[in-house]
Amino acid sequence: MPERATLIDRLHVVQRGELTPARTWAYRLLAVLGALVTGGLLLLFLGLNPFSVYATMLRGALGSAGMQKETIKLMIPLCLATLGVALAFKMRFWNIGGEGQICAGAIAASYFAYFHNGLPSWLLLIVMAVAAILAGGLWGLIPAYFKTRFGTNETLFTLMLNYIVMYFITYLREGPWRNPEGGFAAMPRFTKQARLPEVPIPGVGNVHIGWIVMLVMVVALFIYLRHTKQGYELTVVGENEMTARYAGMPVKKIVMRTMFISAGICGLVGMLQVSGPDRQLTDAVANGRGFTAVSVAWLARLSPGGILIVSFLFSVLQKGCSMMQTEYRIPASMSDILQGVILFFVLGSEFFIRYRIALRKEARA
Amino acid sequence: MSFFDQLIAFLYAAILASVPLLYGTLGEILIEKSGNLNLGVEGMMYLGAITGFLAAFLMESALMALLFAFLAGMAGAALYAFITVTLKANQNVTGLTLTIFGTGVANFIGETLKENYPAGTVVVADHVKRALLPLNMGALSDIPVAGRLLFSHSILTYLVVLIAIGMSLYLNRTRHGLNLRSVGENPAAADAVGINVSRYKYIHILLGGGICGLGGAYISLVTAVGNWQPNIVGGQGWIALALVIFSSWSPLRAVLGALIFGALSVLRLYIPKEVIDIPGAIFSMLPFVVTCLVLVISSIRMRRENQQPAGCGINYFREER
Repeated sequence: MPERATLIDRLHVVQRGELTPARTWAYRLLAVLGALVTGGLLLLFLGLNPFSVYATMLRGALGSAGMQKETIKLMIPLCLATLGVALAFKMRFWNIGGEGQICAGAIAASYFAYFHNGLPSWLLLIVMAVAAILAGGLWGLIPAYFKTRFGTNETLFTLMLNYIVMYFITYLREGPWRNPEGGFAAMPRFTKQARLPEVPIPGVGNVHIGWIVMLVMVVALFIYLRHTKQGYELTVVGENEMTARYAGMPVKKIVMRTMFISAGICGLVGMLQVSGPDRQLTDAVANGRGFTAVSVAWLARLSPGGILIVSFLFSVLQKGCSMMQTEYRIPASMSDILQGVILFFVLGSEFFIRYRIALRKEARA
Repeated sequence: MSFFDQLIAFLYAAILASVPLLYGTLGEILIEKSGNLNLGVEGMMYLGAITGFLAAFLMESALMALLFAFLAGMAGAALYAFITVTLKANQNVTGLTLTIFGTGVANFIGETLKENYPAGTVVVADHVKRALLPLNMGALSDIPVAGRLLFSHSILTYLVVLIAIGMSLYLNRTRHGLNLRSVGENPAAADAVGINVSRYKYIHILLGGGICGLGGAYISLVTAVGNWQPNIVGGQGWIALALVIFSSWSPLRAVLGALIFGALSVLRLYIPKEVIDIPGAIFSMLPFVVTCLVLVISSIRMRRENQQPAGCGINYFREER
C-alpha cells in the first residue's frame, strides 16, 4: 500500500516554551467561559433562561450585605484549607487528606471547648487554635513520616486517614460526647467563651474573626514561599528531589516540616469552623472542603493570591447555587455539576498552555 | 435462631455487601494497571447507579439498566481518559473532579425525578427488580448451607466473580494483558517495543469505568431494591479504592478482600451486644484502618510485585523521556 500523509498522521504534539502570563490567563479565562457556556446549555436543556439563572446566582451570592456575609463565611474555610494543601502540593506531596486534618483540628479544639470552658475566653480560644494546629499537623505527619521512611504512597494514605477521623467524630457524637439532653445523637453547643468574636468587614457587617486569619495567612504564605529559606527549600524538593539532595538539603526533614505546616493550617480550619459558624462539633465540619481545596489549589496554580480569588469564586458559585435552588427549584447539586464542568474545562485547557499541536511537513514513515 | 443459622445469615449478608465493592475494585485495578490512578471511582459508580436506575425505571428492562449503567461508567471514564491521557492533565485532580461531577449529576437527576413524579412512584417496576434480585434456583438453592451461600444470589454477583476470574487470566496469561502491565509499569519501554500506549490506556480506563458503573447499578437496584435515595453510593467508591491496595492489584485477592470488607460492614448487626460492644462508627472505620496498615506494611516489605504499577499518576509524553 502506498504511504500517504493523511492530516491525522501529520499532526503531532510538541511542548511549548514559556507562555507569557497574560496569554496563560487568557487561555484559562477562555476555559471558564467554555464551562459557563456548557452549563448554560444544560440550563437551556432544562427549559431555563441561562442568563437569568446566572444573574440570580450572582445576586444570591453578592446581592445584599447578608448574602455577601454568607459567601464570605463559605470562603474562609475553603481558602484556608486550600492554602494548606497547596503548600504540600508545591512540594509534590499529594495531601488529599485536608478533609481529615480539618476534622482532627476540630476534634482537638472541641475537646477544650467542651471540657475546659472555665478558662477566660481569649485564653480558651488561643488554646483551641493551638490544639487544632497541633492535632491537624500531627495527623498529617503520619503519612509524611511513612512516605519519607518507607516511600509509602501518600495519595492513598492521606485519603484513607480522612475516613478514620471522620468516623471518629461520628463515634464521639454517638457515644462519649453525645449531648445527654438532645433527643437524637448530637453534640452540645459551645458555651459563649468558646465562640469566635465577630469583627466587622466594611460594607458587609460582622463576620467571625476567621476572615482576618484568612487574609493574614494569604500574605504569610506568600512571604513564606517567596522570601524564606524554608519556602525555597520546599519548592526545590517539589521541582526535583535529586537536585535538592545534591544541594545537600535535608529532604526528609523538609517534607515532614512542610507537611506539618500544611496539615496544621487545615487543622486550624477545623477550629475556626466549630467555634465560628457551627458553634458545635458536627460530622459535617469539613463538608467536602478538603477535597474541593485540591481542585481550588490546582486552579489557582498554587499561588496564594490566586487561591484567594479562586476560593472566592467557588464560594460565589456554591452560595449562588443555593439561591438557584430556592428560586428555580433546581437541586443544589447543580453546584457540584458546574464545579465539575469548570474544572474539566480548566484542566483540559492546561494542555494548550503547555503544548501546541504542530503540523509535520511529511508523515512518519 | 441457632448460632449456625446466624453464621450462615452473616456470611450471606457479607456477600451481598461485598458485590458493589468488588465491582469498583476490579474496575479500578484495570485502570491502575494501565498506569492511571483514577480517584473517580465513587463518581463513576454514581453515574452507573443513576443511569441504571433511570433505564430500569423508564424502560422497564433489567438488561437495558445494566447496559446503560455500564455505558455511563464508561462515559465518565472517557472524560477522565481524554483529560489525562490525551490532554495530559493531573490525574489526581481530574479523578477527584470526576467524583464531584458524578455525585452531582446523580443527585441532581435523582432529585429532579422526585420533583416531577408523585411521591412514592419513583420506584422500579417489580418484574425488573426481580430479574436482578437474588435468584431462587429451585433444588440447587435448597441444598443446606451451599444452597444459601452459593446458589441464591443476584445475577450481578455471579457476573462479578466471572469478571474477577477473567481479569486474572487476562492480566497474567494473555499477551494483551502483559502488554497492559508493561504500559502501567513503564510506558516508555512499552512504547519502544511498539505497544500503542494511548490505545491501551483508553481501552482499559473505559472498560474499568464500565465495571465501576455496574457496581453503581447494583447499589441502586439490588442494595436499595430499586428505590432511589440521595447520596446512595455513600463512600463505597472510596472503600473500593482502599480495596485495590488491600488486594495488592490482584483481581483474585480482590474477591477475598471484598468479602472481608463486606463482612466488616455487616458484622455489627450479627454480633450480640453481650459478646462485644463496639460502637458502630468504630466498625465503619475498620476497613480504612486495615487499609492503612496494609499500605504501610506493603511499603515496608517493599515487595515489587505487590506495589502499585510504577507508572501510576504520571502522564506519559513521548518527547519527555
